[in-house]
Amino acid sequence: MRLTCPLCGARDRREFTWIGAASLLGRPAPGGDFVGWAHLRENPAGPLDELWLHNAGCGALLRGARDTVTHATAPLTLAGGAR
Amino acid sequence: MHYSGFRVLAEALRGGKGWRPFWRKAAPASEYDAIVIGGGGHGLATAYYLAREHGLARVAVLEKGWVGSGNVGRNTTIVRATYMIPGNQEFYSASLKMWETLAQDLNFNLMYSPRGLLQLFHSDGQRDAFARRGNAMLLQGDDAVLLDREGLRRLVPYLDYAQTRYPVHGALLHPRGGTVRHDAVAWAYARAADARGVDIIENCEVTGFDIAQGRVTGVQTTRGGIAAPRIGMAVAGRSGQLAARAGFRLPVESHILQAFVTEGLKPFIHHVISYGMGHFYISQSDKGGLVFGGDIDFYPSYAQRGNLPMAEHVMEAAMTLMPAIGRARVLRGWGGIMDMTPDGSPIIDHAPVAGLFLNTGWNYGGFKAIPASGLAFAHLIATGAPHALARRFRLDRFASGAVIDEEGTGATHHLH
Ligand SMILES: Cc1cc2nc3c(=O)[nH]c(=O)nc-3n(C[C@H](O)[C@H](O)[C@H](O)COP(=O)(O)OP(=O)(O)OC[C@H]3O[C@@H](n4cnc5c(N)ncnc54)[C@H](O)[C@@H]3O)c2cc1C
Ligand SMILES: [Zn+2]
Repeated sequence: MRLTCPLCGARDRREFTWIGAASLLGRPAPGGDFVGWAHLRENPAGPLDELWLHNAGCGALLRGARDTVTHATAPLTLAGGAR
Repeated sequence: MHYSGFRVLAEALRGGKGWRPFWRKAAPASEYDAIVIGGGGHGLATAYYLAREHGLARVAVLEKGWVGSGNVGRNTTIVRATYMIPGNQEFYSASLKMWETLAQDLNFNLMYSPRGLLQLFHSDGQRDAFARRGNAMLLQGDDAVLLDREGLRRLVPYLDYAQTRYPVHGALLHPRGGTVRHDAVAWAYARAADARGVDIIENCEVTGFDIAQGRVTGVQTTRGGIAAPRIGMAVAGRSGQLAARAGFRLPVESHILQAFVTEGLKPFIHHVISYGMGHFYISQSDKGGLVFGGDIDFYPSYAQRGNLPMAEHVMEAAMTLMPAIGRARVLRGWGGIMDMTPDGSPIIDHAPVAGLFLNTGWNYGGFKAIPASGLAFAHLIATGAPHALARRFRLDRFASGAVIDEEGTGATHHLH
């Protein structure tokens, strides 16, 4: 499996660490549903919006959709948005 | 039909004409007392205990593929009681005791082999952690022996003791741990459940639920609608998908775990051995194949096959631990979908929908749990109250904080 980093290009999956579903970026406000945010998952069989850390490359936190059934990936984008 | 050595002999004499299929090819009835979704180890065992312990007359197991097509036929067959935290401890201890007599109970040769499980340690810290775990196992009433390097060498002389990068200092030996023939477990429970009148319905996928006023009344399947007042889900890696069809989310992520087997070799590995550096474990099947595996692939997947990086990692670990197996040819590799929870422990509890029950979150270790899980889940479905063995496997423990986190890695489903 290869993932495409917006800064480094297509790289081997081994350069990346899977961080979690992109829903982790939606941290609730104080008093919100922290239990659900931390533990519950959509866990789809199909496209999953997720986060990868390019830790053996540029170090950026990246976001993109990957199909969990076929492993087909779309190019990743910077999770924090472009500056 | 009773199975015995005499029966095998008698059938040999008459050309095997008396053998019958292990279970009927049941077609779905319109209504049951209870439905169990998933014809894996947990689902089949649950149906068996529903009939045997609770006398339910009309029980169906609905399986989308065929019996044994899921993880029950894909695992590396290891059974053990090496847990440390209350909740897991008493449950896995009871499950191991059930394995010891299950072949007699089910009149099926499960090839239960308590060959001893060796968990290697490679640093002082790891030795201390295993000493503590061993003490917890002894207090629970199970067995554990801390072996130093020489004690280990006497049992398994073929490890690479000379390498200094990951020195082998010793192991925690769990003598009663071992292996059980996985397919036989599925077939034995299926046959025993069928004999008690359970309908085992294959090629029947549950596609939706009938829910009225917050209570489940039946399921929709690829073979039509089926009504039942009590429905248990035991679909392992597919739990999240099925929960979505009932309208709720679970604390579960589905990840792939791979395993590999080599060509048959003469008996040479007489234990189950797990390597503490990286992750690698191995045993030798009765057919002679070396059965081994490692960690999950570390990203969610429903593919039932893994990727090369983990395969490579596992082979590398094998070569640093026991270079002697380097020339063995790998025949097959495969993957199974694991139901990973935030604390690495299972859930046997009511679902958020009344009448619906959950059996999920087995992570990569649910094979050994099958007998106790079936017993406990059947109890929950039949009585509505948790079985004493599984009372801590609650769905709300992530909210209450009463998590059962053996590895102490926190709310990260994929790191357990
Ligand atoms: C490679 C590998 C190695 C492992 N090694 C070990 C080990 O050594 N020791 C150990 O204790 N555990 C091990 N495990 C874990 C263990 O195999 C699982 O935790 C356990 O088998 C899961 O429970 P099950 O047997 O009920 O699952 P399964 O056999 O997967 O049963 C679930 C069934 O549900 C069916 N299903 C799914 N969705 C639907 C639907 N909508 N409708 C109808 N049916 C449906 C599936 O087809 C499947 O047959 C391993 C797993 C893998 C993949
Ligand atoms: Zn990059």
